[in-house]
Amino acid sequence: MSAESPDEPATRLDAGKAPAIDEVQLRTPTRDAALAAFATVPHEAGTSKPDAILTADGVVRRFGGLVAVDVDHLEVQRGSITALIGPNGAGKTTLFNVLTGFDRADHGDWTFDGRRLAGVPAYRVARGGMVRTFQLTKALSRLTVIENMRLGATGQRGERIWRAMFSWLWRNQEDEITQRAEELLARFKLDHMRDEYAGSLSGGQRKLLEMARALMVQPDIVMLDEPMAGVNPALTQSLLRHVRDLREQGMTVLFVEHDMDMVRDISDWVIVMGQGKIIAEGPPQSVMADPKVIDAYLGAHHDESLTEKKVAAERDQEV
Amino acid sequence: MDWGFIFDVSARSLVGQEAIVYALAAIGLNVQFGYTGLLNFGQAAFAAVAGYGLATTVATFGLPFWLGILIGFAGAALLALLLGIPTLRLRADYLAIVTIAASEIIRLTFRSSTLRDTFGGSNGLTGFTNSFFDLNPYEEPMGFGPWTFGSREAWVLTVGWVLVLFACLIVWALMRSPWGRVLKAIREDEDAVRSVGKNVYFYKMQSLAIGGLIGALAGFMFSIANAAIQPDLYQPTFTFFAYTILILGGAARVFGPVVGAIIFWFVLQFLATLIESGVRADIFPFSLMTTTQVGPVRFMLVGIILILLLVFRPQGIFGNRKELVFDVR
Repeated sequence: MSAESPDEPATRLDAGKAPAIDEVQLRTPTRDAALAAFATVPHEAGTSKPDAILTADGVVRRFGGLVAVDVDHLEVQRGSITALIGPNGAGKTTLFNVLTGFDRADHGDWTFDGRRLAGVPAYRVARGGMVRTFQLTKALSRLTVIENMRLGATGQRGERIWRAMFSWLWRNQEDEITQRAEELLARFKLDHMRDEYAGSLSGGQRKLLEMARALMVQPDIVMLDEPMAGVNPALTQSLLRHVRDLREQGMTVLFVEHDMDMVRDISDWVIVMGQGKIIAEGPPQSVMADPKVIDAYLGAHHDESLTEKKVAAERDQEV
Repeated sequence: MDWGFIFDVSARSLVGQEAIVYALAAIGLNVQFGYTGLLNFGQAAFAAVAGYGLATTVATFGLPFWLGILIGFAGAALLALLLGIPTLRLRADYLAIVTIAASEIIRLTFRSSTLRDTFGGSNGLTGFTNSFFDLNPYEEPMGFGPWTFGSREAWVLTVGWVLVLFACLIVWALMRSPWGRVLKAIREDEDAVRSVGKNVYFYKMQSLAIGGLIGALAGFMFSIANAAIQPDLYQPTFTFFAYTILILGGAARVFGPVVGAIIFWFVLQFLATLIESGVRADIFPFSLMTTTQVGPVRFMLVGIILILLLVFRPQGIFGNRKELVFDVR
């Protein structure tokens, strides 16, 4: 399988048969390279990677007395698909918000591609090449699909107020942007919705639009907050393929997800958070078998019999 | 009842100075609220600061008229900065609270007896419009189609409507550009706009300032048309009328505020003249209503019309129904 060219997987998926897990994990040179990079990385929390694009140290975010995020050390390998998982309230989204400048950290430092990003406002983080999507999709409802896409392009001359009034100063660039947007829309199979309002799209289509809009920024790392939430099963495969495509095009992907099938299917590396801390790291198979991870999801006493407890509790009440 | 008189008086208000002043105020609000989603409830303050900037410069300090215009614009821009810096980082409703409070603070400052020597207290200022009327090319009453106006009024209306069209042209040019797209996107969801690398705060500030500068034009026209400025013309009702006009005409449409202003003042004038003639002609018995009650009653009727409009045509006259359907808030 490793001899396949990168083009083949897509045609295979397009054939429409439901792919089994090992078929979805199609081998491509990029994927092999990503996996090879992880070969020597120890399977432990906060471990360092051979070529980290994102490095965070001592990041703490408190809400009153609650410590939402308390990450000692985190590295994300360049060119990989890294999943960030953990039970509800583990601090995944808060960590996302802090790293992308949408929330302030109480402590900590993090660098992206060698640049310090602590305290940098969200819009500069995005311009610097780190773009995120949101758990609750943020399609701009009363803008058309193509306008949503055009908005994503950076460095637009017509976004300066003095130039905006004179269309000949930005018309050419606008045409280039539109062309790029149309190519992306075609790739995401949204081209037939080009002139519809984004508010009329289905939930899954909005997720696709949001991802496509993020790509208009031409980012180096894409941070997806629950890309599968609320997406119908028919669109799931197409979304999975798009996430894999990002890596094929040389981008790094960090995503938060609850859908374990997706995590198993597409991630090269998994980071597990629990109660604000990173509790485990490793490739999907080994992480999901890690007792610490199972405890975090199900509670440390998950293998005790519930009926025994219940009987005991009822007996206590009677007394 | 003299129907000819009723229609003649009402028809004059179609192109009257109120329509101009409120069209300009509403065009400014359209930039801020219609396109960017900024709840500015202090449009009266932008108009007042500009009007007083002009009046004080000329009447109190005896400086040239055009310097007064410059100072008026500068005052409006400064007000946008002062209001925007603390509030534009906060949620939309804070801007509403701060702007309505600021507009009252500004009105009461202009009105205060301590500063009477500068701003003229509750009587306001007069005698600052000579330079404007010196430019008047009309020497005798002018006829515009079915209307005839005195030469001064004709000059005010000419300049006023040119300014309205100019403001519309600017709004049209800005809103079809990528800059306008960022503004509309901010109206939909600020965080989404941040996530694609736009400095939302900066764009909101620009929008507040542009809307405020167009509001300044309203202030200039208001004081020039009256040849006087009085603080109590800039009560919060000024802003509320402008909002009514904006919603009536259709928000986020270039000509929405203009159509809204024309219709609003026509209906108001028509109802006032109609009811007053009715009372005089004893069609409405005097026990039901006296002529002095006509003023308040016409506003009640306008209120009812506005409610009906919001129920049956929430997008306004020009608005795009499709755009309104996806109101996510």
